[in-house]
Amino acid sequence: MKKDFNLTDFAIRYGFLILMAALVIGFSIAQPAFLTARSGVFILQSVAITGILALGVTATLVVGGFDLSIGAVATSALMLSAYTMVIWDLGAVEAVVFCLAMGAFVGLINGLLIVKMRVPDLLATLGMMFLLMGLQRIPTEGNSISTGMSLPGGGTATGTFSPGFLMLGRHRLDFILEDLVPLSVVFLIVIAFLVWGFLELTRHGRVMYAIGSNAKAASLAGINVNFYRILAYVISGTLASFGGILLAARLGRGDVASGNNLLLDAVAAALIGFAVLGAAKPNAFGTAIGALFVGILLQGLTMLNAPYYTQDFIKGAVLVVALVFTFALSGRGGRARG
Amino acid sequence: MPQDAIVITGLTRSFARNHVLRGVNLTLPAGKVTVLMGANGAGKSTLVKILCGVQRRDTGEITLGGQPFDPPDPASALRAGVVTVHQNINDGVAPDLDVASNLLLDELAAGSSFFLNARRMREEARRIAGAVGLDVDVTRPVRELSLADRQLVSIARAMSHRPRLLILDEPTSSLSATETERLFILIDRLRAEGVAILYISHRMSDIRRLADRIVSMRDGQISGQFEGETLDYAGAVRAMLGHEITEVDIDIPPQGRAVIEARALRLRPDAVPFDLSLHENEVVAITGLVGSGKSLLAEVLFGVSRAEGGTITLDGAPYMPKNPGAAVQAGVFLSAKDRLLNAVIPEFDITRNMVLPFLSRHTGLLSLLRPGSERATATRMIGEMGVVCQSPKDGILTLSGGNQQKVVVARWLAEASRLLILDEPFQGVDIQARRDIGRHIRASASGRATLVLCAEIDEALEVADRILVMSEHSIIGAHRNQNIDLGLVMAQVTESAAGMPS
Repeated sequence: MKKDFNLTDFAIRYGFLILMAALVIGFSIAQPAFLTARSGVFILQSVAITGILALGVTATLVVGGFDLSIGAVATSALMLSAYTMVIWDLGAVEAVVFCLAMGAFVGLINGLLIVKMRVPDLLATLGMMFLLMGLQRIPTEGNSISTGMSLPGGGTATGTFSPGFLMLGRHRLDFILEDLVPLSVVFLIVIAFLVWGFLELTRHGRVMYAIGSNAKAASLAGINVNFYRILAYVISGTLASFGGILLAARLGRGDVASGNNLLLDAVAAALIGFAVLGAAKPNAFGTAIGALFVGILLQGLTMLNAPYYTQDFIKGAVLVVALVFTFALSGRGGRARG
Repeated sequence: MPQDAIVITGLTRSFARNHVLRGVNLTLPAGKVTVLMGANGAGKSTLVKILCGVQRRDTGEITLGGQPFDPPDPASALRAGVVTVHQNINDGVAPDLDVASNLLLDELAAGSSFFLNARRMREEARRIAGAVGLDVDVTRPVRELSLADRQLVSIARAMSHRPRLLILDEPTSSLSATETERLFILIDRLRAEGVAILYISHRMSDIRRLADRIVSMRDGQISGQFEGETLDYAGAVRAMLGHEITEVDIDIPPQGRAVIEARALRLRPDAVPFDLSLHENEVVAITGLVGSGKSLLAEVLFGVSRAEGGTITLDGAPYMPKNPGAAVQAGVFLSAKDRLLNAVIPEFDITRNMVLPFLSRHTGLLSLLRPGSERATATRMIGEMGVVCQSPKDGILTLSGGNQQKVVVARWLAEASRLLILDEPFQGVDIQARRDIGRHIRASASGRATLVLCAEIDEALEVADRILVMSEHSIIGAHRNQNIDLGLVMAQVTESAAGMPS
């Protein structure tokens, strides 16, 4: 039986990928330097951290929730890793372990607030965001952390960022060209595959999608809905703290002002992901493509000398268009969110 | 002679191929309480929605006080004098606003002045509240009031519009006895003032106290009208439930050993305790009116709710599941009623809906799913249940209601169970799907106990070896489904309710 070709269906399914290909071609014609390996890697590097955060928020979107605290978790991890190494004078392993544990713990608290205390997801994670933004400034009395800074109790900080830690954010692997692929890009790709595999190929991911679609029915199918909702926030918090570790390793100091855009960029990538391949639901592949899309757009515009202050506007516009793709064109009305 | 407030003739309404109203003819006289009875899916709520402007009719005429009446939206219906108090009390009030604002809500929504005059509002609100005997401080937020007072607030608000028709949808379902009596006194007064009242309820005590007339609905039509000095309550319930004998032959198999033994099970603090035994190989149906406690029994057995007292054993061992997951582990499965709410995962295809409860059967290393195994189960169950579909990958919402129901029932038939509970498995399905589902329930029944809950006696007769009758959260009758005394079953369903102290 021959299937009728339907233009709307085709547009919903492939529209975003075609748009992305058109962008790449357009930028390459306008600025041939765009289509080089170095430029491609730069794009990947620019989206590595937000991509990892976006993959975490995807997990909460899958169970019908939302995590607004990811940006604050990432900057808290940034400050905590700096504090661990510079002020406590501990090593890279301790810093990474503390940060991941902190992220998982914040995710657990978010999950418990939402599941046990019945605080709506947006409000619980918004509250957590403010809490963390304040908390991360208290130990240093609002100052950034760097070697040699004077401590609140007197004396100076003697510790340094360990070279092993900095490698996480700065090391580049040889791949075809020398020093081509940054380690952070490898992390992004590996994490994207892991999250994709978890959500699409395992029992747990399937159950999480069921909860996001109809939690009552999932519960009556014998599924422990509360456990999986908490798990989603733990995944989100842990990945956000890992993003914070990479950011700290790239910056090499505990900068209180960095990471302002992380939340916006990550949420945009996850929501743009709804439109990829007409999924109309949160999905890891779409999120990765969404992050890449934002990266390509910004890199292209930068190479064409578009001013930096237009970037947020362009990201917002892309997000709105993607949401129209998802909700209006596909006619599914999207997911009912409480 | 009081005039007829509302005259409905030939009213029809369909949703896709589903004919919900098939020509309703009904007159609601002014100054009388007309009780409307009907089972789930009889079309009551659609009729009410058309009267209060939430939905439009397909064909038919409605006149209100002699004038044609066709409200395009709820606000027009309200202006024309048709006032509805909904079953869910909190739908009728804004809990965070104070009583005065709630009473004047319609005026606030459509009012002409921009600023609010607080003192004038309070006076007006007190006047409205006084008219229905609501004695509360009008500056208190509504969320601090009792359920009964909240309901009075929504009735008082409705009454300030000088209604010609007042529709009350199960208004007493969450009220205490004294609160109920206060509502009835108010209804008596409105009746005396010449308001036509349409009262929807299954509570026999309410009906005996209030009804001037009883109208029964069944399959989208009026199936009986009863009025006069002495109302025929049993006749009204029979007209609502129907009584055609079905031609399905039940071949009762030998009873196996006991699977579930419940002793002195008490579902609610004020309910009579009862015993229940369910055996291997047999299909037991529990029938009873809406609200008689069938679903609560299912919830207790499936770990969703707790019993108030009594003991349950499963295969001889004490059984008290903490949650549905524990029940499934123990081999007790429940196919819940209201599939769109409780069973269907709308974003999943047929296969994923079918395998959902038993995903661990389809996983290998690292919890990775094995699509081949899922597909094999789905294909097998689609064949066994006769699900009409293009492929196992069809989205569940692309199926007809009957086929959706087959999928969610098949979900629980795919694995062997000790006790399978099916709550209203024939809800909203056509006759063919009903036969298919019923046949498969019976064909697969050996080796497990099967409990089917259905309000329709016909459905119980088609599927069960034994039929139990439930009323007031207790089991009051047991019948072997062979040369069954249908009159007695009917009597137990109806008279137990009618015979309760009122």
